[in-house]
Amino acid sequence: MTSLRTKPHLGLALIALALALLPFVVSATLGNAWLRILDFALIYIMLALGLNIVVGFAGLLDLGYIAFYAVGAYLYALLASPHFGLHWPVWAILPLGALVAGVFGVLLGAPTLRLRGDYLAIVTLGFGEIVRIFMNNLNAPINITNGPKGIARIDPITIAGHPLSKSLDVFGFTVPGLALYYYLFLVLAILIIVVGIRLQDSRIGRAWVAIREDEIAAKACGIDTRNVKLLAFAMGASFGGVAGGLFAGFQEFVSPESFGLMESVMVLCMVVLGGMGHIPGVILGGLLLAVLPEAFRHGAAPLQQALFGKTLIDPENLRMLLFGLALILVMLYKPAGLWPEPRHRAELKKS
Amino acid sequence: MTVLLEAHGIGKRFGGVQALKDVSLTIREGEIYGLIGPNGAGKTTFFNVLTGLYPRDEGEITFAGQPLALGSPHRVTRAGIARTFQNIRLFANMTALENVMVGRHARTKVDVGGAVFRTRAQRTEEAAIKRRAEELLHYVGIADRANDMAKNLSYGDQRRLEIARALATEPKLLALDEPAAGMNATETASLRTLIAGLRDDGLTVLLIEHDVKLVMGLCDRVAVLDYGQKIIEDIPATVRADPRVIEAYLGTGAA
Ligand SMILES: Nc1ncnc2c1ncn2[C@@H]1O[C@H](COP(=O)(O)OP(=O)(O)OP(=O)(O)O)[C@@H](O)[C@H]1O
Ligand SMILES: [Mg+2]
Repeated sequence: MTSLRTKPHLGLALIALALALLPFVVSATLGNAWLRILDFALIYIMLALGLNIVVGFAGLLDLGYIAFYAVGAYLYALLASPHFGLHWPVWAILPLGALVAGVFGVLLGAPTLRLRGDYLAIVTLGFGEIVRIFMNNLNAPINITNGPKGIARIDPITIAGHPLSKSLDVFGFTVPGLALYYYLFLVLAILIIVVGIRLQDSRIGRAWVAIREDEIAAKACGIDTRNVKLLAFAMGASFGGVAGGLFAGFQEFVSPESFGLMESVMVLCMVVLGGMGHIPGVILGGLLLAVLPEAFRHGAAPLQQALFGKTLIDPENLRMLLFGLALILVMLYKPAGLWPEPRHRAELKKS
Repeated sequence: MTVLLEAHGIGKRFGGVQALKDVSLTIREGEIYGLIGPNGAGKTTFFNVLTGLYPRDEGEITFAGQPLALGSPHRVTRAGIARTFQNIRLFANMTALENVMVGRHARTKVDVGGAVFRTRAQRTEEAAIKRRAEELLHYVGIADRANDMAKNLSYGDQRRLEIARALATEPKLLALDEPAAGMNATETASLRTLIAGLRDDGLTVLLIEHDVKLVMGLCDRVAVLDYGQKIIEDIPATVRADPRVIEAYLGTGAA
């Protein structure tokens, strides 16, 4: 019996070890550019998990999700940069970012409560654009966001007095800054995953799915659909706010162009492609869509050079081309996503 | 006998259609009350008004001594009225068990914090939700389908599941909209046993049904709607013999 109980722990330990070593393997084999991509992948995974609550669980098609990411990022930028001369610590900004983004989530949710599907998508799309346009134009008459130029020289995330942008010596062993960020993001991503799973397995999570499946029947079950939907918007947005704060501290620069419609679509694709409402699928979707386009960006030009002696198609165009093709193929052959919820898992347990 | 539900002068129109006109009825505690009438008579509309899905244009509803709130179905459920739907409305991509667990929502209260931190209260409540849901599946006779997706159940089982989900909200009044529709004779017979059992367990049932034999055999009292108006409310034997009822069902001249 003991072997049965230790085995899952062994598996977990192995996964933990692999995740801990990953940054070193990546930077040794692929280089630091890829370690940076990995850091971004973790941020995207957090974003996708947040959007999954709104779209995947509650079934509310939100095309303006990136606005909450923007709110979190700008909040960090304003509170920890020379722009206002404020230098708040990260442990104060991130929870505040979650809170403020959550409030924005409710602000978006409240007027759209009666909308579903396409109509909701259009309104949320507009909301995302409004936030971006505000970021773009709030530099006059009072300069709040510094307009299209963005905010630069943002403080790197600092933990226990050590800025993560600098490498750290541990027992004579040098851990590069990118790896430090990796560990921080990994911890927060795991936290968000745990929160997501626990919400899913609760009466709140069931209420979200019930609303997705049949809103009228959900009401008839005594669910206050207004509050429960607002809660979905708020929770999803707060995850986005945290991810945004991390992005600002990591990048040390924010500008409105990071928060366009394409970004919202990208995050939505991660959720849909991975498997709506299925947390492992969404993680996979986030990872794939964060990593694959970069692989094209880095690999397409050298490959064409080697094959044809010149670059025929601009890598950026090729990237979007292949991305679109991949999406169409997945929607045709795996409409529920690459890793959808295993519907019959529960049936196996029965016997 | 105490009165459980008192509807007075209910009116509801959809554009030019007067779906309900001055409908008043009284449901007593512990009875099975039948609501019948030809197609389009307004039976489902009465359910929708009663459960707050549609706002009513006129009239008052008193339930268990309290006036019933307007336009908030979840409050009506919490007040103690549960319903099923004529065109089954299950959560198709949830298991049968999960469907019934959703029904417990109204009677449970752990919030986001409890869920995120998996507090002791949350775990206790969650276990109780699951246990109650299993009991109810057993009660309606589909315990063996607990882990199947609702959409994969047979038609009869889906109707039973809807009843189990409604029961999970701990209603005082259970409103069933044509529960026997599309059922074969055997399924109808066992549904009848189920509904009779609900009354024996102290529940009050409001039943819309087209199957006249089922209604007459099961109900303590019956009301007949025709063109949105109540034409009679009495015991089955009297209702069956009433010429207005025969006329409503078979048309003028048949009586
Ligand atoms: N949402 C709605 N909008 C417009 N008209 C409606 C609506 N719901 C019902 N009606 C109309 O109200 C009238 C009563 O319909 P209702 O569904 O209540 O009848 P019913 O007695 O349940 O009939 P059935 O036995 O066929 O289920 C019908 O004329 C119907 O067309
Ligand atoms: Mg009807």
